[in-house]
This record gives sequence, C-alpha cells and structure tokens, in this order.
Amino acid sequence: MEIHITKEEQFIFTAKLKKILGILLVVGLVIAGLGIWQSMAGSDHGAEGHGTEGAHIEMEASDGRSNEIAHDGTGDPTVHDEAAHGGEHPVWLRRLYANLWINNVYFTGFAVIGLFFVAIQYVAQAGWSAGILRVPLAMAAWLPIAGVLMLVVFLLGGHDLFHWTHEYLFDPASPDYDEVIAGKEGYLNTFFYIGRMVAYFVIWTGAFFIIRKQSLQEDLHGGTSYWYALRKYSAIFIVLFAVTSSTSAWDWVMSVDPHWFSTMFGWYVFASWWVSGLALITFLVVMLKDYGYLKIVNANHLHDLGKFVFAFSIFWTYIWFSQFLLIYYANIPEESIYYIERLSNDKYAPVFFLNLIVNFVFPFFVLMTRDAKRLPIFLKIVCAIIIFGHWLDFYLMITPGVMKDEGGIGLLEIGMLMVYGCAFLFVTFVTLSKSALVQKNHPMLEESIHHHI
Amino acid sequence: MAASQNYIVGLFNDEDVLMEAVHKVRKSGVKIEEVYSPFPVHGLDEALGYKRSRLPVAAFLFGLLGTTLALTMQIYMLAIDWPMIIGGKDFAAIPDFIPVTFELTVLISAFGMVGCFFVVSNLKPYGKPRIFDLRSTDDMHVMALNLASNPTPADQLRQILKDSGAVEVNDKSFE
Repeated sequence: MEIHITKEEQFIFTAKLKKILGILLVVGLVIAGLGIWQSMAGSDHGAEGHGTEGAHIEMEASDGRSNEIAHDGTGDPTVHDEAAHGGEHPVWLRRLYANLWINNVYFTGFAVIGLFFVAIQYVAQAGWSAGILRVPLAMAAWLPIAGVLMLVVFLLGGHDLFHWTHEYLFDPASPDYDEVIAGKEGYLNTFFYIGRMVAYFVIWTGAFFIIRKQSLQEDLHGGTSYWYALRKYSAIFIVLFAVTSSTSAWDWVMSVDPHWFSTMFGWYVFASWWVSGLALITFLVVMLKDYGYLKIVNANHLHDLGKFVFAFSIFWTYIWFSQFLLIYYANIPEESIYYIERLSNDKYAPVFFLNLIVNFVFPFFVLMTRDAKRLPIFLKIVCAIIIFGHWLDFYLMITPGVMKDEGGIGLLEIGMLMVYGCAFLFVTFVTLSKSALVQKNHPMLEESIHHHI
Repeated sequence: MAASQNYIVGLFNDEDVLMEAVHKVRKSGVKIEEVYSPFPVHGLDEALGYKRSRLPVAAFLFGLLGTTLALTMQIYMLAIDWPMIIGGKDFAAIPDFIPVTFELTVLISAFGMVGCFFVVSNLKPYGKPRIFDLRSTDDMHVMALNLASNPTPADQLRQILKDSGAVEVNDKSFE
C-alpha cells in the first residue's frame, strides 16, 4: 500500500484563533460578572423567605447525621452550626467560590487525563495512537496553572467551600464540637490537606515535564531509547496516579460533605474525569483534522477514539450506579443524605436526571453504531455534549454540598465555564504550537499511519 | 433429489497471493462464492466486496428483548404476582431490578448473536456445512467458484485460478 503522509506537521496558533478565544474569555467574564450582580440582587430581594426555607430543608436533610451524633446530648449540632456559621459570607461570594472550585477540579481533570492517556499508550505499547499523542500531552500543560489556582481558591474560600476547615468543630469545649468530623482530624486538617494538594501537583506536573522533555528530545534525535524511557516514566506515573486520583477525589470533592463518605468516590471522580478527558481529546483531534492538521488520522483512529468515549460513558454509568444502588438499597441515613440533598431539591433534581441522560442515554444510543464512531460530525456533537454533561456531574458533586439550597445554574455558572474553557484551550494551543504536531520519530508511527480496523 | 451443485475449488498457500488472486478473479468477471482461510486475512472481506454483517442489529434487538423480558419478569413476580416489601422499598423498585436486567440483556444478546451466527453459517442442528477442503482449517486458503452462477466454461475457470497463483485446483460437488 502506498501512503504518502507528511510526518512533519506544525500547528500554528493563528492570531484569528487567539482573538476568538480572547473575545470568548472576555464575554465569559462579563457574563460571570452579570451573574454575580444577579446573585447579589436576588439574595437581597428575598433574604427573609430564603433563610427560613433554607433552615427547614437543612433540618430535614441533616436528620441522618443529627441522629447519628445526637447521643452526646447536644441535640442537633449540625443544624445549629450551619445556621450560625454557614452564612458568614454573602451568597454570591460563596457561589463564586463554588464555581471556581468546580472548574478547578474539572479542568485539572482534563489536564491530568491528557497525561494519563499518553502514559497508558506507552505502557500498553500502543501503536495506533502514536500520531495523536501530542494533543493529550498539550492538554497537560494546564497542570501547573491548575495547581496555583487550586491553592489560591482554597486559601481564599476554604471556609466557604469546606465545612471541616472550621477550627471549632475539633474543639471539644466548643458548643459546635462535631464528634464525627473531629474523628477525621488525622486526615482532614488544613496542614495535611495543603501538603497533599501540593504533592499531587508536584507529582503530576513533574511527570508532565519529564514525559514532555523525553518526547521532544525524541523529535531531535530519534531512536528507540526515548520510547523505553517514556514507557518507564509512564509506568511510574500510572502507579502514582492510581493512588493520587482517588485521594485527590476525596480531598477536593468528597470532603465537601464531611459527614458523608462513599468508597466508590475515588473511582467515580476518576471515571468522570477520564470520559470527559477522552471526549476532549477526540473533539480536539476531530477539529484539528477539520482544519487540515493531523493528516495521519483517518476514520480508523476516530473509530478507536469513539470506542473509548462510548465504552467509558458506560463505565461512568456503571460506577455511578454502583454508588447509587448500594446507598439506595441499604438506606442508611448518613449515606442516603447525599442523594436526599440532590433529589429532594427542585434546583438539583432536574440536573440529577439530566446528568444521566446526557452522559449515558445520549452517548449510548448515538455512538452505538460503527458509522457514528467513524463520522466526525457525530463525534463532534457527542463529545461536546459529554464535555458539558460532565461539568454538570461535577456541579452536582460540589454545589449542593457548598451552597445547600442556595445554588443554581445561571449566568455565573455559564460565564465561569467559558472563562476556564477559553483559558484552558489557550494554554493547550500555545503548548501544541511550540512543538511538532506529530512525534515524527515515534518508533511506532508507521503502524499508526497504517492503522486499520 | 435436488440437482447436485458443482464447484471449482482453488487452493492457495499464501495470503498475499490469495489477496492478489481475489482481485484478479473478480476483475475477470468471475463470481467468487466464498473464501475460507485458517486465520483472518486482513482486508479480505473488503476485497471480496462483502456487505457489512447485520449481526450488530441482531445483537441490539436481542438485547432489547432481554431488557424487556427481565423487567417484565421482575415487575410481574415482585409487584403483581406476589407483592413483597423488601427493605421498605416500593413493590416495583426499579433500581433494584437494574443488575438483573443488565445481566439478562447481556446474556440474551450474546446467546442471540451466537444463535444467529450458527444459523447463518449453516452450523444449526441438522445443518450440513459445506466443507470444500479440510485443509482450510490447517494451511490452505480455499477459494470456491460456483459453476451455476458463472457462465464461463469450467476449463477457463480452472485456468483463471491457476494463473492467479492457486497451487491446486479441484472439482467438488454437493448433493
């Protein structure tokens, strides 16, 4: 078979594309600003009515935990301390922190999954993907920025985001002493928490720099030694990521509800990250191909990426259901509170079901056929919807815990997502344009060119 | 007794030669009935101009059947025939039924696919699969030409097979 495909490709981050992303980012900022203004106006307007309603739902929702800790004779400590200390910052500010946190966690996911995808390909000795590896690798360039953002937002809004950061919960003399949270002090304390956060980002960013450096060196010198080195570093990264993906999910997402726990949670967040990361990789590859780049990619590569997205949409649903069924079936108050908060609230219940429809039903039926996985138009639509759908997933994990019944999806949410999305794509494209688009000296590139299924 | 069906069978011992031969034979206007190989030959089904298999459609329909069966069975048993309160849930507690539904969907879908495949490949009970040459399970690729569907004289067909690299050309008849 005679295939002449140029292996030397260079992505050019055009001024036009920069301008579009810049404009969208500014528009996002404006929308977010409008959202903050709306939120300020809204909370002034109906403060009285909201307060009582909030306390009522909180009372109901906290039933499980209160029973659990009622034996120390303080009655309903959770309810009291939420009421007394929960509203120290205005609603708009807490909502802003919640949004920053959702997007921090969500976009960190894209970045670390980009790196994880590359590592998986090396460890599995995969040849088919050799031509597209620079795309997920470029996504990982967001990691150092994500780390700084995460740390700054935690230092600014930690108390609003994480109930357990309050010192009085750990003090037995305090009227708001919380036995359950105090029991978790060994893990949930600010010092250890920040240490872990720094450690995750140091490990992930370090792995990114090492893998990227080896990959760029390979472009210059060729040979198989870089491939072996990359496989070794990838294997080390995967082992570290296996642990840190779970613990970071506990830290950043599960500890939002400090009384509640789920043993599936690390996997749940990973599954959500992984499928949305795969969707973004597929989306970027299809778009790059549309604009005349990545001539190596043919329908067979798209088919494989489509299978990835299809399979892991189902995987995510499997994990989602595994967590849900056990909690639903056992019906233990301290566990079911998580779903009661989401299902008994008119603001979150529609999102709860929408989450399942866009992340499972839709990709399941649309990507089921072979043709849909091979045609760019289907992949573009499905991946875009999955990317948005898993943002909803993270919204549902974080907002009800932080905002209780004061959350919502409005201009602030849309604006912040636009800001983060544009910033993330900007960093990705800058990184992509700094090196060759195709790893021309990858030892399996020829296999990738002839990939056929 | 049905009229016997006559075939001309070409044997090839190399898959590259076979692929070339498939192109050549089809180009000369001869219809190939079937090619049997001991291992999958990449791109052979495209070279033969086969239509895409409809097995996935069968899989989907059998899966749907499995889902329906499972849900009907559980709802009938636990909510209609013998209502029981389990764990304080509704009689028809759908989330509880999902694992069984999932398993039955997969099971019926898999059985249905295998069944369809057996029927289509004539491996059904009392079916007699046509074996053109036993060596197609060992070291030979076997190309079968049906005399009834080819107006070309038999001698010429044999020559075409030989010219395109067959190591052996035989006649084969089935009742």
